[in-house]
Amino acid sequence: MEMVSNAPTGPIEKSWETHKFGLKLVSPANKRKHNIIVVGTGLAGGSAAASLGELGYNVDCFCFQDSPRRAHSIAAQGGINAAKNYHNDGDSVYRLFYDTVKGGDFRSREANVYRLAQVSVNIIDQCVAQGVPFAREYGGLLDNRSFGGAQVSRTFYARGQTGQQLLLGAYQALERQVGLGTVKMYPRTEMLDLIVIDGRARGIVTRSLCDGKLSVHFGDAVVLATGGYGNVFYLSTNAKGSNATAIWRAYKRGALFANPCYTQIHPTCIPHSGDYQSKLTLMSESLRNDGRIWVPKKAGDKRPPASIPEHERDYYLERRYPSFGNLVPRDIASRAAKAVCDEGRGVGETGLGVYLDFSDALKRLGRHKLDERYGNLFEMYERITGENPYEVPMRIFPATHYTMGGLWVDYNLMSTVPGLFVLGEANFSDHGANRLGASALMQGLADGYFIIPYTIGNYLASTKHEKYSEDVPAAKEAVANVNIITKKLLNANGKRTVDSYHRELGKILWEYCGMSRNAAGLKKAAGMIAELREDFWRNVRVLGSNEEFNQSLEKAGRVADFFELGELMCADALHRNESCGAHFREEYQTPEGEALRDDANYSYVAAWESQGARRPASLNKEPLVFHYVKPSQRSYK
Amino acid sequence: MKLILHVWRQKNAQDRGRMVRYEVPGVNEHMSFLEMLDVLNQGLIEKGEDPIAFDHDCREGICGMCGFMIDGKAHGGFKGTTVCQLHMRHFKDGDELYLEPWRAAAFPVVKDLVVDRSAFDRIIAAGGFISVPTGSAPDGNAIPVRKQDADLAMDAAACIGCGACVAACPNAAAALFVGAKISHLAHLPQGQAERNRRALSMVRQMNREGFANCTNIGECEAACPKQIKLEVIAQSNADYIRAAFRERPETVVSGVG
Ligand SMILES: Cc1cc2nc3c(=O)[nH]c(=O)nc-3n(C[C@H](O)[C@H](O)[C@H](O)COP(=O)(O)OP(=O)(O)OC[C@H]3O[C@@H](n4cnc5c(N)ncnc54)[C@H](O)[C@@H]3O)c2cc1C
Ligand code: FES
Repeated sequence: MEMVSNAPTGPIEKSWETHKFGLKLVSPANKRKHNIIVVGTGLAGGSAAASLGELGYNVDCFCFQDSPRRAHSIAAQGGINAAKNYHNDGDSVYRLFYDTVKGGDFRSREANVYRLAQVSVNIIDQCVAQGVPFAREYGGLLDNRSFGGAQVSRTFYARGQTGQQLLLGAYQALERQVGLGTVKMYPRTEMLDLIVIDGRARGIVTRSLCDGKLSVHFGDAVVLATGGYGNVFYLSTNAKGSNATAIWRAYKRGALFANPCYTQIHPTCIPHSGDYQSKLTLMSESLRNDGRIWVPKKAGDKRPPASIPEHERDYYLERRYPSFGNLVPRDIASRAAKAVCDEGRGVGETGLGVYLDFSDALKRLGRHKLDERYGNLFEMYERITGENPYEVPMRIFPATHYTMGGLWVDYNLMSTVPGLFVLGEANFSDHGANRLGASALMQGLADGYFIIPYTIGNYLASTKHEKYSEDVPAAKEAVANVNIITKKLLNANGKRTVDSYHRELGKILWEYCGMSRNAAGLKKAAGMIAELREDFWRNVRVLGSNEEFNQSLEKAGRVADFFELGELMCADALHRNESCGAHFREEYQTPEGEALRDDANYSYVAAWESQGARRPASLNKEPLVFHYVKPSQRSYK
Repeated sequence: MKLILHVWRQKNAQDRGRMVRYEVPGVNEHMSFLEMLDVLNQGLIEKGEDPIAFDHDCREGICGMCGFMIDGKAHGGFKGTTVCQLHMRHFKDGDELYLEPWRAAAFPVVKDLVVDRSAFDRIIAAGGFISVPTGSAPDGNAIPVRKQDADLAMDAAACIGCGACVAACPNAAAALFVGAKISHLAHLPQGQAERNRRALSMVRQMNREGFANCTNIGECEAACPKQIKLEVIAQSNADYIRAAFRERPETVVSGVG
């Protein structure tokens, strides 16, 4: 398979400008003749659909929730980065670029990351103009905070609801276009297959979640902005409906899947409490600015935290990383928590938790200051656990949070299937092997507002688009494919619920392909998943019919795809004989237990190509070359 | 603990629907209300019975997807809480609870506890925005905004569009939802150019959707999981009246309808 990154060469500061100038344009009168399909209404899809509608294209836009405003971007709490340097603290486009490449452990494409840092400043302007109520200082200007251990204050926020407010901005822009008739919105509609004609993406097959009706939608281009696949682990900080189906089915139609094993585990989530647990809740990373993380020194110490004297506590992050302490990057903090729990020093009923203690901060800052900083988070914690963090230290544990992997795209955000563009968390670009806090919102909006409107025009202007009717063979075949899957799920008529399979799959992946991995475990996991997948198709129980509102059927289709994706994640993790970012292979670590990269052999994007159901996926490599940020070992000691 | 639930079961919009009684043993106080329903549903599927349909997604109280009546109270009636964030420690062994969907003419039932809230989207499409095409914005700090105004805008913008206000209102009015958006944008300098037009268009669309008039009962404020205040309704009423005087009819862009 040919993979051309189309990344411009020459001075990186100019490359996006030059590249844009070279892109072909679609004249205003011709825009409305083009139909564009946008799947997803999160920050990436919502902003794309609105912007394309404004340009005059005809847009059909889809989401599985009952309203585009509910995409999971809504749940982001912390904030969004931008290199505004409003605080005169030495931030710049170059520094944001540098931090992102380094934070990604040198596994991302430099040109993309530079562009992301460049357009970050326009995003803030756009959002402010839309009425996003960012936090302000008394002088009326925008407030910023430092986030996730960054050394500058470049994070913009709207209380603890940044994602919500950014999404509502994009949603309102989108609804404006709906009102004007440029965008037609299809809520409660799920994309179940991609239609490829003569090698190009020309449409999708959807199922109405209300009555099961399948429909064919044609477009001159298809944009997928369907979010991340963290729910492959069953328990994650993602919404219950978040899934991989759209990108997975596109993968089966020829789009390459890049770096599936790069999954981010967030260190500060509320630990799970029992088998009924349906999801994990994130506690903002900002808590690590003032909370101290510890566990008892002795394994099996079950005394309540207040009865454990100071000298019997192990503040393990402060001990191991004296200069960054509790603020080490996410991957490092998560692995350290796992390590102490593996030693039997975890806290809480399950032993899978560590303390995040605010008692020193309370003495230092006082109740009022803490309330101001974390009041809403403390409240949320108490609501869920019934414990007051002012009285008892919080208990936290890592949870799956974000997926850096996704469909491979070139500099124009186009996949290996011409006409298929992929935006936001659904693509693999920009974050390498580890994402920095507050950068996903930035990427989603960069892709949707400022990149796709340019690059899609170039594709449309340089391609001829025939019109098709529903009886074109590729469309009929795609519809038939969806019907086969649905029938198989409904007819299995077995004994086990979809959720019970999903839970078991998640446990396998968490155990063997989670925070740390090794070759033996990954091989074992691949075998276990394959077995479970076969059992699923024989023994799953999905009641009801296709022609109704049927939540079990929706879930079943998504879980079926998660099985296959899980296997590919294991294969990817197994082939990458190095540790980098969130991918930690136990065989490859420094004597101090830190990730050991192998740049000589693994400085590439691993893009997997489907070879059909019966044969393993084949590997394609996009070499990564660093002209600006020289790869070095990350050190936070 | 063990609970008795009476749940509204309705196959689809055409079905008449009825209450069905279920027993849920083994409820743990740490479960959320929706996790308790998950457990019930797993049991139903194993018995070969159709599981109860309910909307949910984030389960963090922010997406606004979940929501139904528990004993006649939206989201169960606990202060500032959506049903996904409501934990079972608030209930006790043997409690008997009645679960019903939002009841409002503008929110037809889809199935069981699931309703169609697309009327809210159409109200936003009619005018709940600031018209600023991508790329046309000035620098973010070009227009200072008083902190107090930004805070008030944020208070109103916290609405999650769940529909509890409509369900709680004896008139099934959408005044709190509409007021929240009008108030959010009215507090910002960026929202001034379209302020009149927005109030007129949104209120007109609200009426077209079949929401009844607000008679200032205040149940909506009590039911709102985000604690949006009644003052947003006062604000939108004021804006609407002002707009009705000032705005010329020909400049009013009608919504979709
Ligand atoms: C709890 C939490 C907190 C976070 N906090 C931050 C933060 O503070 N800062 C930060 O930068 N990032 C944060 N992130 C990450 C960030 O929120 C996400 O990466 C980002 O919002 C993803 O946006 P998206 O547009 O790509 O996808 P999403 O917002 O997930 O949207 C996906 C869309 O695709 C649709 N869809 C999916 N599949 C289909 C299908 N088959 N058919 C039709 N429609 C489909 C959905 O309906 C939805 O509209 C956080 C993430 C979580 C989970
Ligand atoms: S499920 Fe999102 S608010 Fe309850």
